[in-house]
Formats: sequence, structure tokens, C-alpha cells
Amino acid sequence: MSEVKKYATREGYGAGLVEIGKKYKDVVVLDADLAEATKTNMFKKEFPDRHIDCGIAECNMMGVAAGLALTGKVPFASSFAMFAAGRAFEQVRNTIGYPHINVKIGATHAGISVGEDGATHQCNEDIALMRTIPGMVILNPSDYVEAKAAVQAAYEFNGPVYMRFGRLAVPVINDTPDYKFEIGKGIVLKEGKDVTIIATGLCVSESLKAAQMLKEAGIDAEIINMHTIKPLDEELVLTSAKKTGKVVTVEEHSVIGGLGSAVSDVLGEKLPTKVLKIGVHDRYGESGPAAGLIHKYELDGEGIFKQIKAFV
Amino acid sequence: MNNTELQQIANEVRKGIVTAVHSAKSGHPGGSLSSADIMTYLYFEEMNVDPKEPKKADRDRFVLSKGHVAPALYSTLAQKGYFPVEDLKTLRHIGSYLQGHPDMKGTPGVDMSSGSLGQGISVAAGMALSAKLSNEDYRVYTLLGDGEIQEGQVWEAAMFAGHRKLDNLVVIVDNNGLQIDGNVDDVCSPYPIDKKFEAFNFHVINIDAHNFDEIRKAFEEARNTKGKPTAIIAKSVKGKGVSFMENRAEWHGSAPNDEKYEIAMEELKKAGEALCQK
Repeated sequence: MSEVKKYATREGYGAGLVEIGKKYKDVVVLDADLAEATKTNMFKKEFPDRHIDCGIAECNMMGVAAGLALTGKVPFASSFAMFAAGRAFEQVRNTIGYPHINVKIGATHAGISVGEDGATHQCNEDIALMRTIPGMVILNPSDYVEAKAAVQAAYEFNGPVYMRFGRLAVPVINDTPDYKFEIGKGIVLKEGKDVTIIATGLCVSESLKAAQMLKEAGIDAEIINMHTIKPLDEELVLTSAKKTGKVVTVEEHSVIGGLGSAVSDVLGEKLPTKVLKIGVHDRYGESGPAAGLIHKYELDGEGIFKQIKAFV
Repeated sequence: MNNTELQQIANEVRKGIVTAVHSAKSGHPGGSLSSADIMTYLYFEEMNVDPKEPKKADRDRFVLSKGHVAPALYSTLAQKGYFPVEDLKTLRHIGSYLQGHPDMKGTPGVDMSSGSLGQGISVAAGMALSAKLSNEDYRVYTLLGDGEIQEGQVWEAAMFAGHRKLDNLVVIVDNNGLQIDGNVDDVCSPYPIDKKFEAFNFHVINIDAHNFDEIRKAFEEARNTKGKPTAIIAKSVKGKGVSFMENRAEWHGSAPNDEKYEIAMEELKKAGEALCQK
């Protein structure tokens, strides 16, 4: 078996920015003293005049981005998820969301896979926060290819978009000729009849591993890559839930307010179905190597497999 | 436009403020009245704007960072011809395009939604930076309250604007000395305001907010200042023009009843008549 290529989705963010920067003169990238970590330094190298470092002042950065967007630029405001969605929540809500301004937010270092930096920097709440903002689009790509595609799609979309990226290198799973990214359209990676697994972000590749183990245990799982959390692909959720009768959501995020909640909202109202929410259970993260934490929090293939086996 | 003409318009702006807030039975008359002269000067003398084409690309921009004085902005825009003066009476009513705080989606002439304090100055800085990036020559103005500058984000934005040498940006601080809980220097003193902005690499001008000669001179000086943003610290009287509201914190966020409304309008009517004699 050939070695699977691995890149962090933040690398895809950086590469995606460079690609759109070449194509479109109105792209402006903002950062808050994290250009190396968020990978906007790739854009800075190519287009130094269009890279604005705002210093460690994320709230101001969101306002500056709004001002740039109102005067014809397409700003990509970049920081860690904790500061983009957490610290600057009210700026994003009032200064970008309420006037529905065309600002793109690139939030890297989401979830516990931040690793060694620990709980203060591991944002497991950003999807929940962003979901409450009317009109906000939330993208959570599963690999490098999808991260790049999300940047392009965000540019083409007119309105605020929150993009979530990770620090940990994860397998490339979308480098197929027929791969297509469309905001609001989930992707069925594998059809199955016994249980629906709806995963997002780095949990998509881990869910694929879990599906293989489930298969060996005689369970035929359907796998959906839900790269867009909002607007949620309700039709796909309902169609698959109707077929399998059991739904599992998998995310590197709190089970409160994230993908699991979004899916449960839809099913609860339209097609009551038993749901297992796999994610971070109402607690803070901790320091440690990212892969070790993903294992400890049972978000790796093995952990996902164990929880689903007990569920079905 | 000479000073008397500007004073006459500002007096009409004040009538609109009082009428709107009275009709809404809520709102912020004190800070609206203290900023009425500055607002009048901006829209009738200083800014390149056209009420027939509110979105024209090369217009100067205004961000009302102290968004609660929306009545001052609305009344000025109505006087300028963006929408009928009569509509000021719909302020804060259900379904009105004149929301309690500025809503750029619904109101002609409003360049940015605002109201949550400390955020407008960042947007103004972003607009000013945008002009620099694409070599456009529009200018950007933002009005802040002296209480508002207690917000930390104001100083993030000031640091950014100074660092980026945004000389197309003018920050005006309406220094009426009062906020909801009392005197600004009793609550949490922002003084010295001028020295603070100087320290953040602004060119700073102190003026009397109700003296059109000083207002005119300050905006001309700002226009001629290169390599630095300008901060105009405008010492004002909260509630200016309505005697019983002047320098009283309780008129920060409360509306006059019918009786007080009649008294206020009578005062403004007399002030208007006196200006006509000039």
C-alpha cells in the first residue's frame, strides 16, 4: 500500500489564498501576528502589498476587514479559531454578520488537534458560536484539497463566510478527478445501509477508517463528508437517515452546538431518528501531541469504531 | 456656506432630533444634540457626498461609531435630502427604516451599521486603508463619544491607523463629558484625550464643537495633514440647544414627554428665528 499524503488543512488555506491572489486583484489578506501559523505568510511572500498584519488585535482586525469589504476589497481575516470566533465574536456578529458584509474569516488551529498548547488555544466552540449568526456560512474542510476548494468557493460567494482549518497534518482523501466542492452540498464518500456517519473536518478521514473496521464487524456504514455546517445539506441528512434509520455525527468540536446539534435539529423536527453525537463532551482540552489527543478523545478511527459499534 | 447658514441647518437638525426621539418615546437626545454642529458641517461643507447617489464609489465615507446618536445622523441626512424629514417621526417604530442604531441595509446615506461601541473606528480605518491600497482619494470620517473611548478596541484601531499613517482618516471625539452613569471623569476618566491620541501617532486638534470657525479650521488642517491620521477633540455641551437638557446625564438616553417636547421645540423655534435676523 502506498503511503497516503498528509497535509494540515491550514496549508490548504495558505495555498488557496495564493491561488485566488493570483487570479483576483481585490483579495486582501489580514492577519493578527500569526502569519507563520495560519499560513498566510505564503500569500505575504507573493503579495506583500496585499497582506496586512494587524498585530495582536483581532477585534480591530474584524472591523478593518469590514471596512475593506465595504470599499470593494475581498478580505480574508485570519487568526486562530479561538480568537477569530471567540474573542472577536461580537465584532463578527455586529460588524460583519448584521450588515451581511463580504468578509471571509480564515480560522486555523481549531479543535483539540492544536496539541501541546493546550486548552486555552483549543477551540471546540467556534462552530456553535458562528452557527448562531444569521446568514453566516460555515465551512469545515476535511483535507488539503478541500481546504483549497473552500477558499475559492468562499471568494465566489457574496457574504460572510467562516472557514475552519486545523494544525495537524491529515490524509489527503479528495484528490479524485470527479471531486467537486459546492457550498451547502455534502458528499457521500461511501454508500451503506446500516448506519449513517456524518463527519466533518479531520474526522472525515478517521470515519473512513472506522467504516472499514465496521465492515469487518458486519456493519455497512454510509459515510457523508459534511464540509458545510451552515447552510446544512438537510436533504442529504434526511435521505440517508431514512435509508439507515441510525445517524452518527463525528466532529472535532463540542457536541453542544456543532455538527451534531445541527443534524439533530433537522432530524428532531423532520424525521425523528436515533442520533449518536461523537465529539468533545462538554469539557476543555489539554496539552499533548495532537494525534495522542485525537486518540484519547476517541476521535480516531478506532475510537469512532468502538462508539458506533456500541450504538448500533 | 457661511456660519449663519450652517447654524440654521444645525438648528433644523436639532428640531429633527427632538421630534424623532419624542415620537420614538426613547432614544438618545443628549449626545445627538452635542454632535449636531459637527454632523451638519460634515454633510453640508466637508464631505463629498450626493444624496441623489448615496452609493457613488468616490464618495467620502462616514461611520457613526457612537451609533446611539443615530437621531443626529438621520436628521442630518434628512436635511441633506436623503429621505423626507417627515420620516424622522418613524424612528424606532416597528417596520421603520430608521432603526434605533444605524442600519446600512435599510437607510439611504448610512455607510455602516453601528451601535456596539468601539467598533466603528475600526471599520473607518479599514475604509481608509482600502483607499490607500487602491490609490483612491476619498476621505473617511468617524465620530466617537468620549465615553466610547473607554472601549479597548478604540485603541487597537488608533494604533493601527497611526501605524498605517492613514492621513485620509479623521476621528472626531464628541467630548460632552457625560456618559450614562455620570461624568466621564468620575466613571473612568478618559483624560487626557488629546495626549492619548498623540501617543498613538495622530495629529490632534482641540476645538469648541459648537463654533463653526473652529470646526472649519480643524477640518481644513486635517485635510492638509500628511502622514498621520487626525483626531479632532471637540469639546461640546451635552443636550446643546435645549436648555433643560444641557449638561445633564439623565438626557443621555431618555425621550421628552409631550410637555417637555413643546418647550424644547419652542426654544429651537426661537433660536431659528434669531438666526434669521442675522
